[in-house]
Amino acid sequence: MKLKGWKNVNPGAVCTEAGSALQFKTGSWRAYRPRWIEENCIQCLFCWAYCPDMAVNVKDGKMTGFNYDYCKGCGICALECPGKKGNKAIVMEEEGK
Amino acid sequence: MATPLTLKELSKKEILLTSGHRMCSGCGAPIIVKMVLLASDYPIVAANATGCLEVSTCISDYTAWKIPWIHNAFENAAATLSGVETMYRFLKKQGKIDKDIKFIAFGGDGGTYDIGFQSLSGAMERGHDMLYVCYDNGAYMNTGIQRSSATPYGADTTTCPVGSGIQGKPQPRKNLTKIMAAHDIPYTAQASPSHWMDLVKKVKKALEIKGPKFMNILAPCNRGWRSRTDDAIQLSRLAVETCYWPLYEIENGVTKVTFKPKEKKPLADFLKPQGRFKHLFAPGNENMLKNFQEMVDKEWGYLLKASGTE
Repeated sequence: MKLKGWKNVNPGAVCTEAGSALQFKTGSWRAYRPRWIEENCIQCLFCWAYCPDMAVNVKDGKMTGFNYDYCKGCGICALECPGKKGNKAIVMEEEGK
Repeated sequence: MATPLTLKELSKKEILLTSGHRMCSGCGAPIIVKMVLLASDYPIVAANATGCLEVSTCISDYTAWKIPWIHNAFENAAATLSGVETMYRFLKKQGKIDKDIKFIAFGGDGGTYDIGFQSLSGAMERGHDMLYVCYDNGAYMNTGIQRSSATPYGADTTTCPVGSGIQGKPQPRKNLTKIMAAHDIPYTAQASPSHWMDLVKKVKKALEIKGPKFMNILAPCNRGWRSRTDDAIQLSRLAVETCYWPLYEIENGVTKVTFKPKEKKPLADFLKPQGRFKHLFAPGNENMLKNFQEMVDKEWGYLLKASGTE
Protein backbone atom coordinates (compact mmCIF):
# COMPACT_ATOMS: atom_id res chain seq x y z
CA MET A 1 0.00 0.00 0.00
CA LYS A 2 1.25 3.44 -0.93
CA LEU A 3 -0.21 6.62 0.51
CA LYS A 4 -1.33 9.18 -2.06
CA GLY A 5 0.09 12.68 -2.07
CA TRP A 6 -2.29 15.59 -1.46
CA LYS A 7 -2.43 16.39 -5.17
CA ASN A 8 -3.79 12.92 -5.96
CA VAL A 9 -6.43 12.65 -3.24
CA ASN A 10 -10.04 13.09 -4.39
CA PRO A 11 -11.64 16.45 -3.62
CA GLY A 12 -13.47 16.33 -0.28
CA ALA A 13 -11.38 13.25 0.61
CA VAL A 14 -14.03 11.06 -0.99
CA CYS A 15 -13.03 7.40 -1.09
CA THR A 16 -14.25 5.87 -4.32
CA GLU A 17 -13.06 2.32 -3.73
CA ALA A 18 -15.13 0.35 -1.21
CA GLY A 19 -13.16 -1.68 1.29
CA SER A 20 -9.79 -0.33 0.15
CA ALA A 21 -8.46 -0.76 3.71
CA LEU A 22 -7.80 -4.37 2.65
CA GLN A 23 -4.59 -3.05 1.14
CA PHE A 24 -3.33 -2.34 4.65
CA LYS A 25 -2.18 -5.58 6.24
CA THR A 26 -2.46 -5.48 10.00
CA GLY A 27 -0.95 -8.92 10.58
CA SER A 28 2.39 -7.40 11.57
CA TRP A 29 0.79 -6.09 14.79
CA ARG A 30 0.54 -9.62 16.11
CA ALA A 31 2.63 -10.85 19.04
CA TYR A 32 0.70 -14.11 19.47
CA ARG A 33 -0.68 -16.20 16.66
CA PRO A 34 -3.82 -18.35 16.87
CA ARG A 35 -3.41 -21.97 15.81
CA TRP A 36 -6.45 -23.95 14.70
CA ILE A 37 -6.63 -27.59 15.75
CA GLU A 38 -9.17 -29.02 13.37
CA GLU A 39 -9.93 -32.25 15.23
CA ASN A 40 -11.14 -30.29 18.28
CA CYS A 41 -13.33 -27.94 16.23
CA ILE A 42 -17.11 -28.31 16.55
CA GLN A 43 -17.80 -25.61 13.93
CA CYS A 44 -19.71 -23.37 16.34
CA LEU A 45 -18.32 -20.32 14.46
CA PHE A 46 -17.97 -18.25 17.63
CA CYS A 47 -14.44 -17.38 16.46
CA TRP A 48 -15.88 -16.00 13.24
CA ALA A 49 -18.62 -14.06 15.05
CA TYR A 50 -16.35 -12.53 17.68
CA CYS A 51 -13.29 -11.74 15.56
CA PRO A 52 -12.84 -7.95 15.51
CA ASP A 53 -10.64 -8.13 12.41
CA MET A 54 -12.72 -10.38 10.16
CA ALA A 55 -9.65 -12.64 10.02
CA VAL A 56 -11.41 -16.00 10.37
CA ASN A 57 -11.92 -17.71 7.03
CA VAL A 58 -15.28 -19.39 6.58
CA LYS A 59 -16.40 -21.32 3.54
CA ASP A 60 -19.92 -22.73 3.10
CA GLY A 61 -20.66 -22.17 6.78
CA LYS A 62 -17.49 -23.90 7.99
CA MET A 63 -14.38 -22.51 9.62
CA THR A 64 -11.35 -23.16 7.41
CA GLY A 65 -8.52 -21.32 9.16
CA PHE A 66 -7.15 -17.85 9.84
CA ASN A 67 -6.18 -14.99 7.59
CA TYR A 68 -2.78 -14.11 9.04
CA ASP A 69 -2.49 -11.05 6.80
CA TYR A 70 -4.97 -9.26 9.07
CA CYS A 71 -5.17 -11.17 12.39
CA LYS A 72 -3.91 -8.86 15.14
CA GLY A 73 -3.53 -11.72 17.61
CA CYS A 74 -5.93 -10.43 20.27
CA GLY A 75 -6.88 -13.96 21.35
CA ILE A 76 -10.66 -13.47 21.64
CA CYS A 77 -11.22 -16.51 19.39
CA ALA A 78 -9.06 -18.73 21.61
CA LEU A 79 -10.76 -17.55 24.81
CA GLU A 80 -14.28 -17.98 23.42
CA CYS A 81 -13.57 -21.31 21.72
CA PRO A 82 -15.59 -24.04 23.51
CA GLY A 83 -13.53 -26.83 21.91
CA LYS A 84 -14.38 -30.50 22.16
CA LYS A 85 -14.43 -32.31 25.52
CA GLY A 86 -12.41 -29.56 27.16
CA ASN A 87 -9.77 -29.44 24.42
CA LYS A 88 -9.62 -26.06 22.72
CA ALA A 89 -9.66 -25.91 18.95
CA ILE A 90 -7.80 -22.59 18.97
CA VAL A 91 -4.63 -21.98 20.96
CA MET A 92 -2.43 -18.89 21.05
CA GLU A 93 1.27 -19.30 20.41
CA GLU A 94 4.03 -16.75 20.61
CA GLU A 95 5.11 -15.40 17.21
CA GLY A 96 8.55 -16.35 15.96
CA LYS A 97 8.86 -19.45 18.09
CA MET B 1 -40.05 -17.87 5.34
CA ALA B 2 -36.99 -16.13 6.68
CA THR B 3 -33.75 -18.04 7.02
CA PRO B 4 -33.10 -19.32 10.55
CA LEU B 5 -30.93 -17.09 12.68
CA THR B 6 -27.75 -19.12 13.09
CA LEU B 7 -24.10 -18.20 12.80
CA LYS B 8 -23.82 -20.71 9.96
CA GLU B 9 -26.42 -18.84 7.92
CA LEU B 10 -25.01 -15.44 8.88
CA SER B 11 -21.51 -16.50 7.88
CA LYS B 12 -22.69 -16.97 4.30
CA LYS B 13 -23.37 -13.24 4.06
CA GLU B 14 -20.69 -10.77 3.11
CA ILE B 15 -19.34 -8.72 6.02
CA LEU B 16 -19.56 -5.09 4.96
CA LEU B 17 -16.73 -3.94 7.21
CA THR B 18 -13.44 -5.29 5.91
CA SER B 19 -10.20 -6.34 7.55
CA GLY B 20 -7.38 -3.85 7.46
CA HIS B 21 -9.08 -1.29 9.70
CA ARG B 22 -6.82 0.14 12.36
CA MET B 23 -8.90 -0.47 15.50
CA CYS B 24 -6.80 -1.85 18.40
CA SER B 25 -6.23 -5.56 18.77
CA GLY B 26 -9.19 -7.02 20.67
CA CYS B 27 -11.48 -3.98 20.28
CA GLY B 28 -15.20 -4.45 20.86
CA ALA B 29 -16.48 -1.82 18.42
CA PRO B 30 -15.77 -3.60 15.09
CA ILE B 31 -17.46 -6.73 16.47
CA ILE B 32 -20.58 -4.66 17.07
CA VAL B 33 -20.50 -2.97 13.66
CA LYS B 34 -20.03 -6.35 11.99
CA MET B 35 -23.04 -7.82 13.82
CA VAL B 36 -25.23 -4.77 13.10
CA LEU B 37 -24.39 -4.85 9.38
CA LEU B 38 -24.87 -8.63 9.18
CA ALA B 39 -28.30 -8.28 10.76
CA SER B 40 -29.62 -6.14 7.95
CA ASP B 41 -31.24 -7.55 4.85
CA TYR B 42 -31.54 -4.06 3.38
CA PRO B 43 -28.93 -1.84 1.75
CA ILE B 44 -27.48 0.41 4.45
CA VAL B 45 -26.26 3.98 4.39
CA ALA B 46 -24.23 4.83 7.48
CA ALA B 47 -23.00 7.97 9.17
CA ASN B 48 -20.28 8.04 11.77
CA ALA B 49 -19.61 10.51 14.55
CA THR B 50 -15.96 11.25 15.29
CA GLY B 51 -14.50 8.56 17.49
CA CYS B 52 -12.25 5.51 17.44
CA LEU B 53 -14.45 3.81 14.88
CA GLU B 54 -14.44 6.75 12.50
CA VAL B 55 -10.73 7.55 12.61
CA SER B 56 -9.57 3.95 12.39
CA THR B 57 -11.88 2.70 9.66
CA CYS B 58 -11.25 5.50 7.19
CA ILE B 59 -7.66 6.67 7.12
CA SER B 60 -6.53 8.90 4.28
CA ASP B 61 -7.83 7.34 1.06
CA TYR B 62 -8.46 3.91 2.55
CA THR B 63 -11.84 2.87 3.89
CA ALA B 64 -12.87 -0.37 5.55
CA TRP B 65 -16.54 0.19 4.71
CA LYS B 66 -18.25 -1.47 1.79
CA ILE B 67 -21.39 0.62 2.17
CA PRO B 68 -21.99 4.33 1.52
CA TRP B 69 -20.56 5.96 4.60
CA ILE B 70 -20.36 9.58 5.61
CA HIS B 71 -18.41 11.28 8.33
CA ASN B 72 -18.99 14.89 9.22
CA ALA B 73 -18.02 16.01 12.71
CA PHE B 74 -18.12 14.93 16.33
CA GLU B 75 -21.40 16.57 17.24
CA ASN B 76 -23.61 15.97 14.23
CA ALA B 77 -23.74 12.34 13.07
CA ALA B 78 -27.50 12.26 13.71
CA ALA B 79 -28.09 15.62 12.01
CA THR B 80 -26.00 14.59 8.99
CA LEU B 81 -27.88 11.34 8.62
CA SER B 82 -31.21 13.18 9.04
CA GLY B 83 -30.25 15.20 5.97
CA VAL B 84 -29.28 12.10 4.01
CA GLU B 85 -32.52 10.39 4.97
CA THR B 86 -34.59 13.44 3.99
CA MET B 87 -32.86 13.59 0.60
CA TYR B 88 -33.62 9.90 0.11
CA ARG B 89 -37.32 10.44 0.85
CA PHE B 90 -37.38 13.36 -1.59
CA LEU B 91 -35.67 11.39 -4.38
CA LYS B 92 -38.01 8.49 -3.74
CA LYS B 93 -41.01 10.80 -4.07
CA GLN B 94 -39.61 12.04 -7.38
CA GLY B 95 -39.24 8.46 -8.54
CA LYS B 96 -35.45 8.66 -8.87
CA ILE B 97 -34.83 5.89 -6.30
CA ASP B 98 -37.02 2.86 -5.80
CA LYS B 99 -34.87 0.80 -3.42
CA ASP B 100 -35.72 0.34 0.25
CA ILE B 101 -32.69 1.78 1.99
CA LYS B 102 -32.12 1.88 5.76
CA PHE B 103 -30.08 4.46 7.59
CA ILE B 104 -27.80 3.77 10.54
CA ALA B 105 -25.67 6.23 12.49
CA PHE B 106 -22.77 4.97 14.59
CA GLY B 107 -21.36 6.99 17.45
CA GLY B 108 -19.18 6.33 20.45
CA ASP B 109 -20.30 7.35 23.91
CA GLY B 110 -18.50 10.70 23.59
CA GLY B 111 -20.24 11.46 20.30
CA THR B 112 -23.58 10.27 21.64
CA TYR B 113 -23.89 10.95 25.39
CA ASP B 114 -22.03 14.27 25.35
CA ILE B 115 -21.01 16.10 22.20
CA GLY B 116 -23.57 14.71 19.76
CA PHE B 117 -26.45 14.65 22.19
CA GLN B 118 -28.29 17.71 20.90
CA SER B 119 -28.25 16.54 17.29
CA LEU B 120 -29.32 13.05 18.34
CA SER B 121 -32.16 14.42 20.44
CA GLY B 122 -33.21 16.67 17.55
CA ALA B 123 -33.18 13.88 14.97
CA MET B 124 -35.26 11.64 17.24
CA GLU B 125 -37.76 14.42 17.90
CA ARG B 126 -38.14 15.18 14.18
CA GLY B 127 -38.92 11.52 13.65
CA HIS B 128 -36.45 10.60 10.93
CA ASP B 129 -36.55 6.99 9.82
CA MET B 130 -33.15 5.99 11.14
CA LEU B 131 -31.39 3.81 13.66
CA TYR B 132 -28.78 5.35 15.92
CA VAL B 133 -26.30 2.86 17.34
CA CYS B 134 -24.14 4.00 20.22
CA TYR B 135 -21.14 1.78 20.97
CA ASP B 136 -20.49 2.63 24.57
CA ASN B 137 -16.94 2.02 25.81
CA GLY B 138 -17.32 4.39 28.71
CA ALA B 139 -14.81 7.18 28.00
CA TYR B 140 -13.08 9.15 25.24
CA MET B 141 -10.78 6.24 24.40
CA ASN B 142 -9.65 7.68 21.06
CA THR B 143 -7.97 10.72 22.58
CA GLY B 144 -6.53 8.97 25.61
CA ILE B 145 -9.23 7.83 28.07
CA GLN B 146 -10.81 11.08 29.26
CA ARG B 147 -14.00 10.77 31.31
CA SER B 148 -17.35 11.09 29.55
CA SER B 149 -20.86 11.08 30.98
CA ALA B 150 -20.93 7.36 30.16
CA THR B 151 -17.92 6.61 32.37
CA PRO B 152 -19.09 4.42 35.25
CA TYR B 153 -18.88 5.45 38.88
CA GLY B 154 -15.42 4.98 40.38
CA ALA B 155 -13.60 4.37 37.08
CA ASP B 156 -10.06 5.67 36.77
CA THR B 157 -9.56 7.89 33.70
CA THR B 158 -6.92 10.47 32.81
CA THR B 159 -9.26 13.34 33.71
CA CYS B 160 -10.53 11.81 36.96
CA PRO B 161 -7.38 9.99 38.06
CA VAL B 162 -7.18 8.09 41.31
CA GLY B 163 -5.16 10.06 43.84
CA SER B 164 -5.38 11.68 47.25
CA GLY B 165 -8.30 13.90 46.14
CA ILE B 166 -10.67 11.51 44.40
CA GLN B 167 -10.93 7.76 43.89
CA GLY B 168 -11.91 7.70 40.23
CA LYS B 169 -15.03 9.30 38.79
CA PRO B 170 -17.17 10.57 41.69
CA GLN B 171 -20.42 10.69 39.70
CA PRO B 172 -22.53 7.79 38.43
CA ARG B 173 -23.00 7.34 34.69
CA LYS B 174 -25.84 8.85 32.71
CA ASN B 175 -28.56 6.40 31.72
CA LEU B 176 -28.85 7.32 28.05
CA THR B 177 -31.08 4.40 27.06
CA LYS B 178 -33.73 5.70 29.45
CA ILE B 179 -33.26 9.26 28.22
CA MET B 180 -33.80 8.13 24.63
CA ALA B 181 -36.88 6.16 25.66
CA ALA B 182 -38.19 9.37 27.20
CA HIS B 183 -38.22 10.84 23.67
CA ASP B 184 -41.18 8.51 23.11
CA ILE B 185 -39.58 6.99 20.04
CA PRO B 186 -40.96 3.66 18.79
CA TYR B 187 -37.92 1.56 19.70
CA THR B 188 -35.07 1.80 22.19
CA ALA B 189 -32.87 -1.13 23.15
CA GLN B 190 -29.74 -2.06 24.99
CA ALA B 191 -27.53 -4.91 23.74
CA SER B 192 -24.14 -6.54 24.23
CA PRO B 193 -21.87 -8.26 21.67
CA SER B 194 -21.54 -11.33 23.93
CA HIS B 195 -25.22 -12.11 23.29
CA TRP B 196 -24.99 -11.96 19.51
CA MET B 197 -28.40 -13.39 18.77
CA ASP B 198 -30.13 -10.90 21.06
CA LEU B 199 -28.19 -8.10 19.34
CA VAL B 200 -28.96 -9.27 15.80
CA LYS B 201 -32.65 -9.77 16.62
CA LYS B 202 -32.90 -6.26 18.06
CA VAL B 203 -31.27 -4.70 14.98
CA LYS B 204 -33.58 -6.69 12.69
CA LYS B 205 -36.60 -5.58 14.69
CA ALA B 206 -35.45 -1.95 14.74
CA LEU B 207 -34.94 -1.86 10.97
CA GLU B 208 -38.49 -3.09 10.37
CA ILE B 209 -39.95 -0.26 12.46
CA LYS B 210 -40.56 3.06 10.75
CA GLY B 211 -39.34 6.08 12.64
CA PRO B 212 -36.44 6.93 14.92
CA LYS B 213 -34.76 4.07 16.78
CA PHE B 214 -31.94 4.01 19.28
CA MET B 215 -29.66 1.18 20.40
CA ASN B 216 -27.02 1.35 23.10
CA ILE B 217 -24.41 -1.40 22.82
CA LEU B 218 -21.61 -2.09 25.29
CA ALA B 219 -18.18 -2.02 23.60
CA PRO B 220 -15.31 -3.31 25.71
CA CYS B 221 -12.05 -1.39 25.26
CA ASN B 222 -8.99 -3.18 26.62
CA ARG B 223 -6.83 -0.02 26.48
CA GLY B 224 -9.24 2.11 28.48
CA TRP B 225 -10.61 -0.59 30.73
CA ARG B 226 -7.07 -1.77 31.45
CA SER B 227 -7.91 -5.38 30.79
CA ARG B 228 -6.43 -8.11 28.60
CA THR B 229 -6.72 -8.03 24.82
CA ASP B 230 -8.66 -11.29 24.67
CA ASP B 231 -11.47 -10.66 27.15
CA ALA B 232 -13.77 -8.25 25.28
CA ILE B 233 -16.54 -10.82 24.92
CA GLN B 234 -16.02 -12.31 28.39
CA LEU B 235 -16.27 -8.87 30.00
CA SER B 236 -19.37 -7.90 28.05
CA ARG B 237 -20.94 -11.20 29.13
CA LEU B 238 -20.06 -10.50 32.78
CA ALA B 239 -21.54 -7.00 32.41
CA VAL B 240 -24.84 -8.61 31.42
CA GLU B 241 -24.73 -11.36 34.06
CA THR B 242 -23.99 -8.90 36.87
CA CYS B 243 -26.82 -6.68 35.58
CA TYR B 244 -24.42 -3.78 35.16
CA TRP B 245 -25.55 -3.78 31.52
CA PRO B 246 -29.04 -5.29 31.43
CA LEU B 247 -30.38 -6.38 28.05
CA TYR B 248 -33.79 -4.89 27.44
CA GLU B 249 -35.91 -3.12 24.88
CA ILE B 250 -38.62 -0.50 25.07
CA GLU B 251 -41.07 -0.82 22.20
CA ASN B 252 -43.84 1.77 22.04
CA GLY B 253 -43.49 2.41 25.76
CA VAL B 254 -43.56 -1.26 26.77
CA THR B 255 -40.42 -2.39 28.58
CA LYS B 256 -39.23 -5.95 28.09
CA VAL B 257 -36.17 -7.53 29.68
CA THR B 258 -34.78 -9.76 26.92
CA PHE B 259 -32.24 -11.62 29.03
CA LYS B 260 -32.58 -12.40 32.71
CA PRO B 261 -29.48 -14.03 34.22
CA LYS B 262 -30.26 -17.32 35.98
CA GLU B 263 -28.14 -16.20 38.84
CA LYS B 264 -27.27 -12.52 39.25
CA LYS B 265 -23.51 -12.36 39.80
CA PRO B 266 -21.91 -9.88 42.21
CA LEU B 267 -20.75 -6.69 40.47
CA ALA B 268 -17.18 -7.35 41.65
CA ASP B 269 -16.94 -10.18 39.08
CA PHE B 270 -17.23 -7.59 36.32
CA LEU B 271 -15.01 -4.98 37.98
CA LYS B 272 -12.15 -7.17 39.17
CA PRO B 273 -10.53 -8.00 35.77
CA GLN B 274 -10.44 -4.30 34.88
CA GLY B 275 -7.49 -2.15 35.92
CA ARG B 276 -9.63 1.00 35.87
CA PHE B 277 -11.46 -0.33 38.97
CA LYS B 278 -8.38 -1.68 40.76
CA HIS B 279 -8.57 0.92 43.54
CA LEU B 280 -12.13 -0.11 44.44
CA PHE B 281 -10.64 -3.28 45.92
CA ALA B 282 -8.05 -1.40 47.99
CA PRO B 283 -8.57 -1.06 51.76
CA GLY B 284 -10.68 2.01 52.61
CA ASN B 285 -12.79 1.88 49.44
CA GLU B 286 -15.21 -0.84 50.56
CA ASN B 287 -18.06 1.65 50.73
CA MET B 288 -17.50 2.70 47.09
CA LEU B 289 -17.87 -0.88 45.97
CA LYS B 290 -21.01 -1.14 48.12
CA ASN B 291 -22.42 2.08 46.64
CA PHE B 292 -21.75 0.86 43.12
CA GLN B 293 -23.46 -2.46 43.79
CA GLU B 294 -26.46 -0.60 45.26
CA MET B 295 -26.71 1.60 42.15
CA VAL B 296 -26.76 -1.46 39.90
CA ASP B 297 -29.32 -3.26 42.11
CA LYS B 298 -31.56 -0.20 42.13
CA GLU B 299 -31.51 0.12 38.33
CA TRP B 300 -32.15 -3.59 37.88
CA GLY B 301 -35.04 -3.35 40.34
CA TYR B 302 -36.59 -0.45 38.40
CA LEU B 303 -36.22 -2.38 35.18
CA LEU B 304 -37.87 -5.53 36.54
CA LYS B 305 -40.72 -3.44 37.91
CA ALA B 306 -41.17 -1.59 34.60
CA SER B 307 -41.23 -4.85 32.68
CA GLY B 308 -43.62 -6.46 35.16
CA THR B 309 -41.39 -9.48 35.75
CA GLU B 310 -40.44 -8.68 39.32
